[in-house]
Amino acid sequence: MSEGTLYDKVWDGHKVRELPNGQDQLFVGLHLIHEVTSPQAFGMIREKRMEVAYPELTHATVDHIIPTKDQSRPFKDDQAEQMMAELESNTLEANIKFAGPDSGDQGIVHGVGPERGLTQPGMTIVCGDSHTSTHGAFGALAFGIGTTQIRDVLATQTMALGRQKVRRIEVKGELGEYVTAKDIILTIIRHLGTDGGVGHVYEYGGPAVSKLSMEGRMSICNMSIEGGARAGYINPDETTYEWLKNTDTFEKDPNRFEELLPYWESIRSEEDAKYDDVFEIDCNEIEPMVTWGTTPGQGIGISEEIPDPKSLAESKRESAIRAQNHMRVTPGDKMEGYKIDVAFIGSCTNSRMSDLREACKIVEGKTVASNVRALVVPGSQRVKLAAEEEGLDKIFIESGFDWRLAGCSMCLAMNEDQLIGDEACASSSNRNFIGRQGSKDGRTILMSPAMVAAAAIKGEVTDVRRI
Amino acid sequence: MGAPAIKSASGKGISIRGSDIDTDQIIPARYLKAITFDGLGEFSFRDLRFDGEGRELEHPFNDKEYQDASILVVNSNFGCGSSREHAPQALMRWGIEAIIGHSFAEIFAGNCLALGIPVVEMEAAQIEILQEWVESNPGTEIHIDIVAQKIRYNEQDIQVSIPESHRKALVDGIWDTTALLKSNPEEVKQISGQIPYIK
Repeated sequence: MSEGTLYDKVWDGHKVRELPNGQDQLFVGLHLIHEVTSPQAFGMIREKRMEVAYPELTHATVDHIIPTKDQSRPFKDDQAEQMMAELESNTLEANIKFAGPDSGDQGIVHGVGPERGLTQPGMTIVCGDSHTSTHGAFGALAFGIGTTQIRDVLATQTMALGRQKVRRIEVKGELGEYVTAKDIILTIIRHLGTDGGVGHVYEYGGPAVSKLSMEGRMSICNMSIEGGARAGYINPDETTYEWLKNTDTFEKDPNRFEELLPYWESIRSEEDAKYDDVFEIDCNEIEPMVTWGTTPGQGIGISEEIPDPKSLAESKRESAIRAQNHMRVTPGDKMEGYKIDVAFIGSCTNSRMSDLREACKIVEGKTVASNVRALVVPGSQRVKLAAEEEGLDKIFIESGFDWRLAGCSMCLAMNEDQLIGDEACASSSNRNFIGRQGSKDGRTILMSPAMVAAAAIKGEVTDVRRI
Repeated sequence: MGAPAIKSASGKGISIRGSDIDTDQIIPARYLKAITFDGLGEFSFRDLRFDGEGRELEHPFNDKEYQDASILVVNSNFGCGSSREHAPQALMRWGIEAIIGHSFAEIFAGNCLALGIPVVEMEAAQIEILQEWVESNPGTEIHIDIVAQKIRYNEQDIQVSIPESHRKALVDGIWDTTALLKSNPEEVKQISGQIPYIK
């Protein structure tokens, strides 16, 4: 069992009591909600004549279903309009702050929390979305939860959860040019598997993680769930504090920063903390990653060959064969040269300023291949505005990208942004599951934003280092 | 605490093969566009059951022989991906009352517990044998004993495992957590008062 880790300290500090089945009742410091998984929970508490217990610790935004072209109301899609209206009335009734499209603060919920300083070290954070793990980048314990648990949190601000194991992932070495946080996490998942983290929380650390920006740290923690870990976190440090200082919460109230700093320092994992196990990776061996299959664990370096299913562990073979049939790839080939139809830069994994800047560097002065539909969907209204102030939008538009409004968009295709037929998409998102991007025959290749940008220009998967 | 004790589950088996069956396969995202869970059952495994034109494909959930099955048998890492409770809700509304598999994604298993759906783990080799049996003998009755952590089919008993906290919650009837968590508001308030960042 782990001891002295951030996980242990934050857990203990939020534990209300042990429940009769051995799980703990945990206090939730920040509850984020969105339109897809919360309406049923509001319905459940209404049915039981309960009220939202701590509305001041609850924040809402709209992201999954929101159109990225025309957001005028009512939305063209009746179902999307109904979900939006339901969120508006639920939050109004319960006195929950709602960052809607008119607020200037709307965006993907996992971008909104960090950019406003709602997300802080040492918090327990939950949201009805598996990518809530993103907030772990700040040294918070952040879990995705289901709708029945949302009901529990709305009604009590607590949840029932069993304690997990803590795996330290030590990331050594230095990242090469155009090798990013996305490539680190795709490498980790490749090695530990999509179910390797079940029952675990991942603590990412080591020299390469220390050097990462908050944006990169968020990309890594974001995809913890793709490795089966329900949460991932990074101990807070100067980089974290620098980010926090520049958020609304602490710009408005600098004294609050000083007040909370000792707490943030106190919850860092001890030097001699005990972990359930430790896994090491060396960044010097990582190159830009691409997936060849239909799970995020089916990834390779851009210069590597697609593996023969026979060379994989027995438990991975059947899934690899299924994936290779769907993707129409052949063992021994490389992903380099794989033709694409769509390029998508966006999602809670990679739609922040640094992602857009890196992609922009690649496309500047170049043109998107004529057969490729390319779109950039900033993660939030604030990111969109900041990017426009830097002129990034113009560069994208001139090179042939669509510049869209903020939302989840083609990561999961709950709005009109969808693959059609068997289109192949170079995507900066997090899941390449069959059907994920809106068409059951669609093909998704996961990669970093810069790699997506390079693929858009060439019309095929390519090595960003050689463009 | 308001939830019935679930000490066993019995019913006809149905097998879905493949590891890493993700939540987008169980219920594609486009069917999440509703403010209730009503009617989700028919969209279970939708894209595996119908082609682009809505024609039925060969799939156990379409097979007449399995329409009244209630015990789902799966392989490893079932339910990986999204936290959407729509996934177990869809399966439950199709008729699934318990799932036996080699392993499950954590959030999916937690969501099943919250709905009172037992999720039972069994050795991979035993899963294969059970799947083959269910596929060649539609209508096979499977009995799950949650207290003793055993399943029974074809006149044999096989050891299975259920995470202890889940097993206890089911057997003691405390899997519907809201009432339990709502019973100590003063204690919750007191603990929250000790958390430095709570004003």
